Amino acid sequence: MVAVLFAISVLVFLIFNVIPNSDPAARIAGKNADPELIARVSADLGLDQPLYVQYLTMMKQIFTGQLTSYASSQNVVEQIWKGLPATLSLCIGAAVLWMVLAIWFGYLSAVHAGKFTDRALTILSLVGISVPVFWLAAILLYYLSFKAELFPTSGYVPLSRDPLDWAYHLILPWLTLAVLYVGFYSRVLRSNMLDVMNDDHVRTARAKGISERQVRIKHVLRNSMIPVVTLFGLDFGAVVGGGAILTETVFNLNGVGLYAGQAIGTLDLPPLIGVTMFGAFFIVLFNTLVDVAYAFLDPRIRIGEAAPV
Amino acid sequence: MATPSDAVEAPGDPVLPVGVPAARIRGRSPWYLAWLRLRRNRISLAFGALFLLIVLFCLAAPLWADQVAHTGPNENHITDTVMIDGQQTDVVSPDGTPIGPGLHGRYLLGADQNGRDVMVRLMYGGRTSIYIGVAAAAITTVLAVLVGLLCGYYRGWVDATLSRIMDVVWAFPVLLLGIALGTALALGGLKIGALQIAGDSLWIPIMIIGLVYVPYMARPIRGEILALREKEFMEAAVAQGKGPVRIMVSELLPNVVSTIIVFFTLNIANNMLLESALSFLGAGVRAPNASWGTMIADGYQTIYTAPHLTIVPGLMIVLTVLSLNVFGDGLRDALDPRAKIRLEH
Repeated sequence: MVAVLFAISVLVFLIFNVIPNSDPAARIAGKNADPELIARVSADLGLDQPLYVQYLTMMKQIFTGQLTSYASSQNVVEQIWKGLPATLSLCIGAAVLWMVLAIWFGYLSAVHAGKFTDRALTILSLVGISVPVFWLAAILLYYLSFKAELFPTSGYVPLSRDPLDWAYHLILPWLTLAVLYVGFYSRVLRSNMLDVMNDDHVRTARAKGISERQVRIKHVLRNSMIPVVTLFGLDFGAVVGGGAILTETVFNLNGVGLYAGQAIGTLDLPPLIGVTMFGAFFIVLFNTLVDVAYAFLDPRIRIGEAAPV
Repeated sequence: MATPSDAVEAPGDPVLPVGVPAARIRGRSPWYLAWLRLRRNRISLAFGALFLLIVLFCLAAPLWADQVAHTGPNENHITDTVMIDGQQTDVVSPDGTPIGPGLHGRYLLGADQNGRDVMVRLMYGGRTSIYIGVAAAAITTVLAVLVGLLCGYYRGWVDATLSRIMDVVWAFPVLLLGIALGTALALGGLKIGALQIAGDSLWIPIMIIGLVYVPYMARPIRGEILALREKEFMEAAVAQGKGPVRIMVSELLPNVVSTIIVFFTLNIANNMLLESALSFLGAGVRAPNASWGTMIADGYQTIYTAPHLTIVPGLMIVLTVLSLNVFGDGLRDALDPRAKIRLEH
């Protein structure tokens, strides 16, 4: 886990320091800066040091919370911290929505496999994974907020200020972010359920005289959830760690993703490295949590067997 | 009761005709069987055809531009007028609102803020989008197959090293990685030895998109190779004295071709989505090149006055990606009805 985080930090650092073929100090000092100014900026930011020293300084700043942006001299850790409520509101709400809908759709699809419900849901989910997120956001904003005036056009209202307004402002973003994952997860769940339905233990359960509904929920659905939980761990981490950047940008939610998006425009390394580390941390963290969650879903793992995925 | 899966598993397994002497039954290769299954999946075929139509539509761009629209994708017509319902109308009205879609020969889909013909731009933009999607998928496929083969065949430290690298890319949010590379490379282009790519070249997004999806494809291929490696035909190949390269290319590779074909198709779809997202955020295709993603990015600025500029290219993306997804899905069912491969986004 630490090794992966370390590798990622090095990677981001290199992407921004080696590839651009230009001096970051010159970029910061402006287009028409004289060499003296560039040299001073360079010394100020420690950019005249060797790369590994710069890297170590930056890492030290991240962990002591002193990392500041080149462009605005704001504290990066503080900014990420400030964006967290909006991002978490968006991601947790969307995650609840997408898990509930995906399980529901996937279940319906598998139970009615081959019938109309299944066909319709399959097409819907394929449409869901084929729609560009930012375009969907723009279209929803245009038709539902601007034309029909059903929803506010953008912005984030803190939960502590007004819970109702908070949810009202987040309905469209939640929907937008959830659509892709609903389509994707429901298909994964469907195919897993169809596999599990033919397992011996399901036949045994039926033979015991358990109602069909109980069999489907307790024996089929539960055993089909493992891959979905794996995916959820990966995706939720990614979404919190800046993956919601498109949704946040279009709906103008002041979250971590939007912060990263703005930093990209100015090629501001510290915020980007901060957000990326933060995102990678979440991905790695949720991967670990998923392994723990396996144990609840699949008792076999508890006694030391390898995960069957 | 019949299990629901009866209806969906192996939809088109060909049934041997009854009463026909064995000698008259034609030998059926796996590919022929797959084709038989695919042929019965009408929906998949229809969407496959839709994709071909879209490709043809984009290829016809110069034809439309020369013969119908009489303008190129990047030509501005801010001050021009066109006849609509017998009236001379400004292509872009004084308040900056361009004309919308309508049956007026030129400007079939309206104009954008600069008076550029949206239909022409759409066709040329589609070329860019599809080109990037296919080229990036080719890069991903070559790299992923290489990594998958090496990891699966050699195992040991080769596998450990390459797999760790894949893990790092995997743990990196795809979009952030793409954006980071996109912005960094667009500044100064790329210079590695003799290889030089300008910052506004299409090859920048192609390379980025091609790279970020490698682990998603390499992992399943590696898994398959690891399983194949234990099969008896491998022992036979070793006993014949075949070297590692020959074993990988002529023994292992043909066994994963069907997986590769499916992944390639679905990968194009994902690539096109990523391209549009990167372009929308300004880290993908650069001006003057148009792609469907940049068209949405431009159009989104004026979505409230000229929504067609956002809606039309977006619909094209949805249609293209959907057709590839449905067709790829059908391909997977046809090539290996029991397969559990899937493209994780």
